[in-house]
Amino acid sequence: MFAFIIRRIVQALMVMVVIALIGFSVQHSIGDPVRDMVGERVSQAEREVIRERLGLNDPALLQFSRFCWKALHGDLGVSYFHKRPAMEVILSKAPATLELVLGSTAIILLFCFPVGIYTAIRPRAWFSRFVMAVSTVGVAVPVFLTAIALIYLFGVELRWLPTYGRGQTVNIGGWDTGLLTADGLLHLILPSIALSSIMLPLYIRLIRSEMMEVLETEYIKFAWAKGLSRWRVWLLHAFKNTLLPVITVFGVEIGILFAFTLLTETVFQWQGMGFMFLEAVERSDTSLLVAYLVVVGVMFVVINTIVDICYGFINPMVRIAGNP
Amino acid sequence: MKKSVLLGLVFLLLMGGTAMAEMKTLRLALASDPETLDIQQQLSGNMLEFSHWVFDPLVRYAQDMSFEPRLAHKWEQVDPQTMRFHLVKGVKFHSGNPFTAKDVVFTVNRMKQSVDFKGLFEAFETPVIVDDYTVDIKTNKPYSLVLNMATYIFPLDSVFYTGTDDKGQPKDAVVKAGYSFANETLPSGTGPYRCTFREHGVRMELERNADYWDKKSPGNIGKVILTPIKEEATRVAALLSGDVDFIYPVPPQDFERIGKEPKVNLVTYTGGRIITVQMNQNRLEAFKDKRVRQAINLATNNVAIADKIMKGTATPAGQLSPKGYAGYNEALAPQYDLAKARALMKEAGYENGFEASMIAPNNRYVNDEKISEAFVAMMSKINIKVNLKTMPKAQYWDEYDKQVADFQMVGWHADTEDSGNFYEFLAMCPNKETGYGQYNSGNYCNPEVDRLTLACQTETDLAKRTAMLQQVEKILYDDAFCVYFHWQNHSYAAAKGLDVLPIVNVMNFPYIGDLVWK
Repeated sequence: MFAFIIRRIVQALMVMVVIALIGFSVQHSIGDPVRDMVGERVSQAEREVIRERLGLNDPALLQFSRFCWKALHGDLGVSYFHKRPAMEVILSKAPATLELVLGSTAIILLFCFPVGIYTAIRPRAWFSRFVMAVSTVGVAVPVFLTAIALIYLFGVELRWLPTYGRGQTVNIGGWDTGLLTADGLLHLILPSIALSSIMLPLYIRLIRSEMMEVLETEYIKFAWAKGLSRWRVWLLHAFKNTLLPVITVFGVEIGILFAFTLLTETVFQWQGMGFMFLEAVERSDTSLLVAYLVVVGVMFVVINTIVDICYGFINPMVRIAGNP
Repeated sequence: MKKSVLLGLVFLLLMGGTAMAEMKTLRLALASDPETLDIQQQLSGNMLEFSHWVFDPLVRYAQDMSFEPRLAHKWEQVDPQTMRFHLVKGVKFHSGNPFTAKDVVFTVNRMKQSVDFKGLFEAFETPVIVDDYTVDIKTNKPYSLVLNMATYIFPLDSVFYTGTDDKGQPKDAVVKAGYSFANETLPSGTGPYRCTFREHGVRMELERNADYWDKKSPGNIGKVILTPIKEEATRVAALLSGDVDFIYPVPPQDFERIGKEPKVNLVTYTGGRIITVQMNQNRLEAFKDKRVRQAINLATNNVAIADKIMKGTATPAGQLSPKGYAGYNEALAPQYDLAKARALMKEAGYENGFEASMIAPNNRYVNDEKISEAFVAMMSKINIKVNLKTMPKAQYWDEYDKQVADFQMVGWHADTEDSGNFYEFLAMCPNKETGYGQYNSGNYCNPEVDRLTLACQTETDLAKRTAMLQQVEKILYDDAFCVYFHWQNHSYAAAKGLDVLPIVNVMNFPYIGDLVWK
């Protein structure tokens, strides 16, 4: 296991260097950050002076090595727009995104298992058919449309839930959380539902099809023949074996969930990393962009490593194959 | 004893209660919040709005574009290069420091150091203090726009912004990217509101300045909570659901929806930003021919664009200067005549048309992409095949500067609120050294326009100056130096009871200090 983790860390570092390199090579086509920092009438020559001072005129390789050197010392540069260290900006936005992902993961976990199992064992029930129909729509409709529909229904027409932002937050040791206030939790509901609208139908369908497949296998038939209780057959024999592919997919998809926070956060004015990223693109705040890519790179590597390790625990075959 | 305490408490509660009822909290949602807390670091609409909330200018524009006294209650021309301002006495900054003439000198000098403002204040010298409440603003040549420029002079608290901060840096430093005292510190101004909290991009809180010097200001909003909401649909939804009280800008597609809602009011007001497309004569030979340029203007149905795409939130234009500006020439109406356009194209030898490239931003001006698409369709009627490429503003301006296309879109708002500014940036011959014609990507060049525009800068006889400006407008119209679309209107939506109309103006800086909640 130790060797496995070391190998992972080395891999992660390489991934990060590649990401930073890509970030650097695309930043020139994103636009000129100086344009956003000055008024319209400021002349070319004066903009040049600012570019020079920010080091934007240096050769790309020099800029890149300077960035790497500083990054090794924990400094990812200063955001042009926020005028603060990029790392600080990202960290201050991270709690919002993590809480949003947490909220929608909770929704997904809460619903995907019971609904998935039910639709698998009672495929012809009207509820199952209804879920299948709705889930097709759920996958097909883009997140921002779902989000706006939710806002208009629950915010404008019914006036049950707030329409934007995080509401009241409490700061606990630098972590700005909305999970501890009633207002914060109310604000979390709509964005979480919107974000889960992409993944939830996917999981229900995945669990359903996996489980239906398992229910057809010989050992299930044998279990029925033994006369075991149906709950034991369904949950212990069938469902447990459904889990393995679901966990694999979950590891990959949680990354995609982060990607979808971009749209959700923009629509709900949710002050997280996704919102920050889109704004940075719009303002060509390149130093923040590169820092964001590196941080997200780290996050993905960490998540995937954890999933791999979990996988090893659930399925011993993976562990053995991994250490010949 | 107990009784009197109780009575006292009741009295206090009542007092507090009535005071609370008078001073309401306004929840305001804009597309974005002020970029920084240093009002002289960045020149942008957001920053100027903010300046009017927390600071006061020497003079400001009234709704009819006349000058309204603010921190200067009186002014007079002493000689062609000197304007004397008499300052209001007894004004205090939020920090408690008194406001005097030395703050004006400090402010003008600091603006001359700021990259964004130094262009505007090029003609200005260091002001001369006459006494504590009188200051002479001097220019290095006779200058006709001193009062226009005085709307930009929001005196800073010179004591507050002098010295070194705890990081050892000078407090008056103007820093574009990165830390500076003024960028990070809640400002000390003289304005109707003091800024009490700010998390950039998330929330800003403003509290009514209890000692505000202008006792005549009718404003009765006790506290303003500003939240930026970038997404248009969400901003509108937040207003309709009652989560916020006042929003702007309002997207045109939601005008109808808001108009139907009984609890909110929609207010639109003429704006000064002209939207144009320039025809690069250096890139395309055909554009050198005046008849072709005129034909293109005649084939552009800008009345239909203002009507159908902008849903009436724009005023179709036949010139650069909007109504109310000195250069506005009544005679120059928007024109549309397809038959005449075709005839002109034939006359110029381009009956079969030609191909041209075009670039436009897609998130800079209201409906910029849709306008460009409509323009492309209109050009096909006179056989000009336009290859349009739209892009976000972050990439657009670099491409614009490089002049990568034959047609390029640009919108302009005269930051001096004077016609001359339009000509200097959009119509004068491009000149790298003087900086004139910086946004003239059409490379239109007419020495007569240059001569008249420059003469207007120093002409202090207003009647003569107005005639000259209108003459320039006529030349540009006759030469069809660019394609005129429209002036964008400003739009605001607010909960019923908020009296928005009296506080809005051409510049899109609603004077929230004077906002009344009935």
